[in-house]
Amino acid sequence: MNLIIDAVITGVLTGGVYALMASGLTLIFGVMDIINIAQGALVILGAYFSYALEQHLHLDLFLGLLISMPTMFLLGVLIHSLFIRPLKQDRTMLSILVTFAIALIIEGVLTILFTTNTVQLQAPYVTQSIKIGDFYLSYIYLYGFVLSVVLLAALYFLLYRTRFGQSLRASMQNRTAAELIGIDVNRISAITYGIGVALTAAGGMAYGATTAFFPGSSYDLISRLLAIIIFGGMGSLSGALIAAVGMLVIEDVTAVVWSPVWASTVFFILLVAILILRPQGLLGKLEGRKQ
Amino acid sequence: MYGQSKPWRAPLILLMTLSLTMAALAACGSSSTAGTANTTPIKIGVSLSLTGDFSADGIAFQQGYQLWADAVNASGGILGRKVTLDIVNDASSNTQVVTNYQKLITVDHCDLLFGPFSTKLSIPAASVAHRYGYALVEGAGGGPTVFQQGLNNVFDVSLPVANNLVSYTQWILSLPPSERPATASYATQDDPFTQPQIDLARSLLEAGGIKTASYQVYPAETTDFTPIAQKLLAANGDIVILGTLLQDFTAFATAFKQQHYNPKSIVATAGPDQGTAFLSAIGGTADAEGIMVPNGWYPQQTTPGNQAMVSAYLAKYGGDINSISSDVPEAYSVGQVVQQVVTQVGSFDQAKIIAALHSGSFTSVQGPVKFDSTGQNNSIAAFLFQWQGGNLVPVYPASSDPTFKTPEYPRPNWP
Repeated sequence: MNLIIDAVITGVLTGGVYALMASGLTLIFGVMDIINIAQGALVILGAYFSYALEQHLHLDLFLGLLISMPTMFLLGVLIHSLFIRPLKQDRTMLSILVTFAIALIIEGVLTILFTTNTVQLQAPYVTQSIKIGDFYLSYIYLYGFVLSVVLLAALYFLLYRTRFGQSLRASMQNRTAAELIGIDVNRISAITYGIGVALTAAGGMAYGATTAFFPGSSYDLISRLLAIIIFGGMGSLSGALIAAVGMLVIEDVTAVVWSPVWASTVFFILLVAILILRPQGLLGKLEGRKQ
Repeated sequence: MYGQSKPWRAPLILLMTLSLTMAALAACGSSSTAGTANTTPIKIGVSLSLTGDFSADGIAFQQGYQLWADAVNASGGILGRKVTLDIVNDASSNTQVVTNYQKLITVDHCDLLFGPFSTKLSIPAASVAHRYGYALVEGAGGGPTVFQQGLNNVFDVSLPVANNLVSYTQWILSLPPSERPATASYATQDDPFTQPQIDLARSLLEAGGIKTASYQVYPAETTDFTPIAQKLLAANGDIVILGTLLQDFTAFATAFKQQHYNPKSIVATAGPDQGTAFLSAIGGTADAEGIMVPNGWYPQQTTPGNQAMVSAYLAKYGGDINSISSDVPEAYSVGQVVQQVVTQVGSFDQAKIIAALHSGSFTSVQGPVKFDSTGQNNSIAAFLFQWQGGNLVPVYPASSDPTFKTPEYPRPNWP
């Protein structure tokens, strides 16, 4: 029983980190109708950004986000301008190819800069833990979860309590109508892509502090992130949070009760069952946009 | 009528036929003359994982192959011809590796083939090479499944993978009963490289009276290792035996540190053998202290060509001897064996090469090479290595070689 409780707690905390990584993906899809296959590679880029700041400037991982997030935001705007904005027709399909190419470029650059050796972010709280009852709760999972909650809350505030958020949601609901009422949809899209990429800096830091990584780590990651946003409903922020936590709890509990081999299988069986009943996911696109 | 109208035609045809025959004979003669003085470089085709999951090992393999090519070219090449490596990236994909070897054989017309990295990729690579009648000599595809395909063309110069942890089990069972662990926990990827090693170690230890506290198999694409670590923690085995590569070993070590879990001994199939990359990933020398890994090679070994290879590595890639991945000598050994067999056969006739590989005895930086009927090299045994004071040192079997140290047991607690 202790193992199951432990698995649930760990699943919730780790799910928060995955929600942070997936939030950018679902946000970008919601506004631009593009599937950002580069999201996994951008998460790994964010992890390496934190690694470089830690190694060369000896910056604390969380303080380093003050540099990495704005930089990654600018990188996102640049990527949008160079690769996404020129896509005028068949955006959804073409975006898969274009963002896959971006992922390959990022992996290649990271390999040149950092080699293919596996690394992990180091800080005292990465290996330290606090004892609660019979459990040792790792600080990095706690801090990572708090970071996710804070950033997702800030994103929620931005979307639903600001003028920019109104414009962004209008663009999500109907791109053409938003343009007709004077919203600069291209500008909104660029900023949204930038925000999505900036979030990967934070997600990457949390991922890199909990998991060893190398430039090719994005391949295993992107499939999980896509599963999360499909489960939660494409374009839904709260759906991504629920789905990420749900996925990790289901997998962790299955792993300890049954076997790690079946962890992903059980989740995907549930995912298929839910999609049969609700093809739009838990909080599908329409509902997600009504929030 | 036709012949009568052109009386010069018959002698002309005869003359042309004679000329062509003479030219053909001359060409044959010059061809055979050129054959003996052929200076065209020998093209060796290799598919390597330069990106993706196996990229760290793939790049280390590339270094090993290149060091061998540099050495053999510096000494005049093979059969008087220089060698060039035709390396293509398979991105760690077992479908891309098939495409790559087909291209290397049918488009690039390579004279020889070297193997890819990993058991997983060697299985399809060996099939493609077999289809075209090529010998595939490799150094990192030692999983049993590679040799269970019934192919006669695949040869692994390294020790058979399943036996890697045998030296560890022998050491554990040689401990005095008062010190010997009572229980062992196991976790492994569902990978043909790691799982056979763990399964054999488990059966040997159980036969020696060491009970299994936990046995976990997980998919290779796992990114969240926490629940697996939790099961190992709950089982609280005296020793932990991991079927890992560096990425998942680091995840387990981090979880063990977080949970204050200090097994008396930790050994992994791979990861701790990655030198400075391992130290960097795990957090430094204090964290590495006492961790073990099996291997068939160490830098100070006095095997043929080893010191030259180590010196060449340090000159070309820098670092110290701890930074040399064990992949490098595995790749280098492939080149050494191929060089010996081609020199012995005197040609690139693949059937003759395959026959000679089956019957011959060879040497390598990893030790002697003699293939059994399946293509496995049973001539060498694994050493057991342990991180001590920031160095990975051989500790078992005991040896008079001053490089060997006494094993630390139990290993110190996490710092």
